[in-house]
Amino acid sequence: MSAISPNGVEEHPICLTLNGQRRTLQVNPWTTLLDLLREQLDLVGTKKGCDHGQCGACTVLRDGKRVNACLTLAIMCNGAELVTIEGLAVGDVLHPMQRAFITHDAFQCGYCTPGQICSAVGLAREGRADTREAIREQMSGNLCRCGAYGNIVAAVEEALPLMTDLAQPQRGPNP
Amino acid sequence: MTPFSYHKPASISEAVSLAGASSHFIAGGTNLVDLMKENVVRPKRLIDISGLGLNGIHLTLNGGLLIGALVSNADLAWHPMIEQHYPLLSDAILAGASPQLRNMASTGGNLLQRTRCYYFYDTGTPCNKREPGSGCPARTGSNRIHAILGASDACVATHPSDMCVALAALEAVVHVQGPRGERQIPFAAFHRLPEDTPERDNQLAVDELVVAIELPPPEFENHYRYLKIRDRASYAFALVSVAAALKFDGEVIQQARLALGGVAHKPWRDPVVERMLAGQAPSEALFTRAAQTLLQDAKPLSHNGFKVTLAQRAIVRALNDAAYGAACWRARP
Repeated sequence: MSAISPNGVEEHPICLTLNGQRRTLQVNPWTTLLDLLREQLDLVGTKKGCDHGQCGACTVLRDGKRVNACLTLAIMCNGAELVTIEGLAVGDVLHPMQRAFITHDAFQCGYCTPGQICSAVGLAREGRADTREAIREQMSGNLCRCGAYGNIVAAVEEALPLMTDLAQPQRGPNP
Repeated sequence: MTPFSYHKPASISEAVSLAGASSHFIAGGTNLVDLMKENVVRPKRLIDISGLGLNGIHLTLNGGLLIGALVSNADLAWHPMIEQHYPLLSDAILAGASPQLRNMASTGGNLLQRTRCYYFYDTGTPCNKREPGSGCPARTGSNRIHAILGASDACVATHPSDMCVALAALEAVVHVQGPRGERQIPFAAFHRLPEDTPERDNQLAVDELVVAIELPPPEFENHYRYLKIRDRASYAFALVSVAAALKFDGEVIQQARLALGGVAHKPWRDPVVERMLAGQAPSEALFTRAAQTLLQDAKPLSHNGFKVTLAQRAIVRALNDAAYGAACWRARP
C-alpha cells in the first residue's frame, strides 16, 4: 500500500534481498535503483556514469541477471534479489572475477570497474561467451574511457572457467 | 523526473481500466524511464504491468509461436525455438542495445520505443512528435541519422528497433487488449508513417495494451540475414539495417522478404520488390535491381544522402548472405 510521507510525497514499501540481506525500504515511485543504492543506502560502489543506460557503470545483478540500475525504478524491485559490487566477495575472499581484474590490471581510473565486474559476472552466468570475440561483443554495454578494454577481456576470459560452480546467485558475507 | 503515482494492477482488465491519456504502461522501462528523466514524457500515472504474467512462449495451433509481451529481449533471442526456427529474429534482437538492456527490455516495449531523434529528446527545441505543431528542426538541422523513405514535412524521425525489422519481415501479428476487447494487428499496419500526425508512432489507442506477438509458422530457418550498419561495432543504433529472408524451391527463390531499419518511421517493406525476387534464381544483378527499386523513391536530407547508397549495398550483401545460407556467412572472417 502506498502512503503519503509527512512532506506530502507518495511513498511505497518494498521488500528485497540486497547482497544476501533482506531489506524493507520506503521509496518514492520515481527513485531509480541507482539512486536508492547510492543516496539512501550508501552503497556507492555502483557508479553513476551517464544515468541514461549508455555506459554500464551502474550495472548490478538482479535475480542473477545484469541490468542498468539507472533505468530501473526501485519501486519495481519489490521481491527482487539484488547483488552489487559490494556483495560479490565473501568476507575477505574476492570473487574470481574481482581477482582476475586485479591480475590483469583491467582498469586505470576504476570508475567503470564495478559495472564491468558485475556485467562480466552476468555474462558468465549467461554462458554464451565462448571466444574472445564473443566476450568483446557481450561486454559492449560497459564503456571504459581509460581504454582498458584489452585487459578487461583478458580478465573475463581467465575468470570464466573458474565460475562454472557459481550458477546460483551470489550471497553476501552474511547469508 | 516529474512526480507520478504508481499502480501495479493484477489483471489485464484492471491495467487497461487504469490507462488514459495522462498515464503510461511500464514494463522494462529502458526507454520510458530515460524519456521521463529528460521530461520528454511526463505521465501522471505509471501502470506497472510486470505482474500480469505475460511471460510465456507457446506454440500456436497452426505451428507458429505466441510470445508474451513481457518476455525479455534476451530470453526471446536465446529461446531454443527462436534460435532454431526464427534465427533472423534472434540475430536482430542480439544486434540491438546491450546485454544489460536486453535483460530488462520487454518484447512489447521494444515495439513501442520512441525515436532517438536528437530534437525529440531535447525539450529545448521544437519537435512535432513531442509537441504537435511546434516544428521540425531536423529537416534543416542535424539529420544524418534520419529518414530517407516515407517521411513528411512534419517529421523525419526513424523507428530505432532492430527486433521490429525482423518481425516485419516475418509478418508477425500484434495482439492487443483494451476496454473494448482484444484485436490483432498485422505487423505492417502496427507502426505508421508520420504524415501530419507524427505524435502517433503506431495504431494503438491510449488504453490498449500489447499482450503478445504472434509469429506465423517458420519458413525462413535456412536462408536469412540480419545485417546492421552502424557507427561502431556494437551497441549503437542502425544507420541502415536489412532483414532478408528467402525460401527456395530448388535453385529458384520461391518467396522473399526484405525489410529495412534505420531509414523510415517504421520498418520499411516494399511488396513490389519482394515479388520481383520471387521465381528468380539468385544473382548479383537481380539483387542490385531489387536494391535500386526499393530505394527509388528515397528522398535524402542534407546530411544523410549516404544512406541511399549504404542501404542499396547492404541489401545486396544481405540477400547474397541469405541466399548462400548462414553456414557460409557465419564462417566468413
